[in-house]
Amino acid sequence: MHVAVAPACNIQCHYCNRKYDCANESRPGVVSELLTPEQAVKKAVVVAAAMPQLAVVGIAGPGDPLANPERTFATFRMLAERVPDLKLCLSTNGLALPHYVDELARLHIDHVTITINCLDADIGAEIYPWIFWKHKRIRGRAAAEILIEQQQKGLEMLIARGILVKVNSVLIPGVNDEHLKTVSACIKEKGALLHNIMPLISAPEHGTYYGVMGQRSPTPEELKALQDACEGNMAMMRHCRQCRADAIGLLGEDRASEFTLDKIETMTITDDFLAAARQRRMAWREKIAAERKATEENDSARRHQQAVITLHRQPRPAFLHAGATELEVSGHAPVNHSPSKSDNVSGRTVLMAVAAKNGLVAEHFGHAREFLVYEVSASGAKLVGHRKTDLYCVGSAACGENEDTLEKTIQALAGCEVVLCAKIGYEPWKRLEAAGILPNGEHPWESVESACMAVWHEMHAAGKLASQVPAQKVA
Amino acid sequence: MALEIVEACIKCWACVPLCPQKAIYEADPHFLIDAGRCTECLGDYADPQCASICPIEGAIVNELNEPLNPPGSLTGIPPARWTAAQRETPFR
Ligand code: SF4
Ligand code: SF4
Ligand code: SF4
Repeated sequence: MHVAVAPACNIQCHYCNRKYDCANESRPGVVSELLTPEQAVKKAVVVAAAMPQLAVVGIAGPGDPLANPERTFATFRMLAERVPDLKLCLSTNGLALPHYVDELARLHIDHVTITINCLDADIGAEIYPWIFWKHKRIRGRAAAEILIEQQQKGLEMLIARGILVKVNSVLIPGVNDEHLKTVSACIKEKGALLHNIMPLISAPEHGTYYGVMGQRSPTPEELKALQDACEGNMAMMRHCRQCRADAIGLLGEDRASEFTLDKIETMTITDDFLAAARQRRMAWREKIAAERKATEENDSARRHQQAVITLHRQPRPAFLHAGATELEVSGHAPVNHSPSKSDNVSGRTVLMAVAAKNGLVAEHFGHAREFLVYEVSASGAKLVGHRKTDLYCVGSAACGENEDTLEKTIQALAGCEVVLCAKIGYEPWKRLEAAGILPNGEHPWESVESACMAVWHEMHAAGKLASQVPAQKVA
Repeated sequence: MALEIVEACIKCWACVPLCPQKAIYEADPHFLIDAGRCTECLGDYADPQCASICPIEGAIVNELNEPLNPPGSLTGIPPARWTAAQRETPFR
């Protein structure tokens, strides 16, 4: 769902190209469907009615919502009136944040995501060429200094008012990679709830400064190493995908076409409609709460109580702040580190990639847009990250023939020893094996955790887990 | 004395609320400045506001048709580099 309310922005980031539609949905750009606040609210209302799992509505990129305060706040005010049970959130680059914190508090905004890439103005000068501040365009170090100061001030003010703060950082190799450890420690200290480190996505065809100047993206390994280093004791939302304004696609794959503007425009929304939709959401939440309670009781009954990470299914966006209303499903999918029955079994940890859908091993390998990565050991399966892929299977005719994308998918899976999926073709199977990644299609429709554990135990039984990780032959 | 918005404009809306003269309006295929109203911000601000926030090089020009934000001035990409990149991987 791309419901940009207004794509204006008050800064420029070197990873952002403001000219084009996002080539991959994680870059900001001017969106095709610019909505008025009224249209955006109607769209959110319709989607919330069709999908009772919807819990949060946010305004995020492209652009910066606080560079469009009238449209942003008009949207929030109407949402609060029409769908009061939905939580509201906002993503921002932080420049205008201090100015609007009180208004955000008044509107009961549930959480705010700030994109913070640095605390050091010299580094900032390499990321932000200019900002618009007090009626002037300011460049270079001076610009970065102001931006950093405003971000930190905004963060502190939000925390002082009890508004949850998440921080997104874009990992730019050679620019802020080491520095992000300092950023992480600092925002943690100040009380941010989550620090989500996302990889820079950069290619010449994006037309961004980084893309054109050949700044590379981090490898999955670099990303994971940094996430590990920054983990500390703060909850990390690791599997957080980069901002996707197209949230409906995430909520229920392929449903975006149900919610096009023309369809929505023809609908009449009555009070009964709103009330019925709200009822469905309440029922859904009760059901989820009950399920969660049952799981927790189950878990606590076990001797080895494992940590339960609650993850946002549709994680917070990211560096694309701006006029898009982003619908975010909040995590009703607690990821259990299912305690294994065989706690006494020893064997090394295996990294497994899973083509998952709704917590099940349910995707065809070639259809998976991303893989969740689990660290699997005797004590359970722990979600540690995710890998994005370009779909390599673009239709039955082309299926399996697009070598390039398959190769990219395989590269994206580097470091994983096993990939679990519902189904996989012969060609990708061969190629994965050749790259030292073991495909496994034996557990379709099983829950991710139990499938991972089953595979781990199979590997263990086969004596594969006593030794070190076999070397991968990734091209 | 007036500035003009030309076809490079991406209709991002950033300039519209900033104009002290309410001279900028939405139009197709790009936004427009009412030349009768635009004062180039003289008397209101030191810099023309639209050209100070506009993210697109070449989108706003003066009466001599000179861009207020020439190539490379906003993205930091040297124009030669940009042309070369465009030749290799054409953007959409
Ligand atoms: S803040 Fe967001 S919209 Fe503005 S330049 Fe950066 S990435 Fe682009
Ligand atoms: S130069 Fe100033 S007055 Fe003229 S259109 Fe731009 S903002 Fe308005
Ligand atoms: S700021 Fe520039 S690109 Fe944006 S609408 Fe105004 S003239 Fe067009």
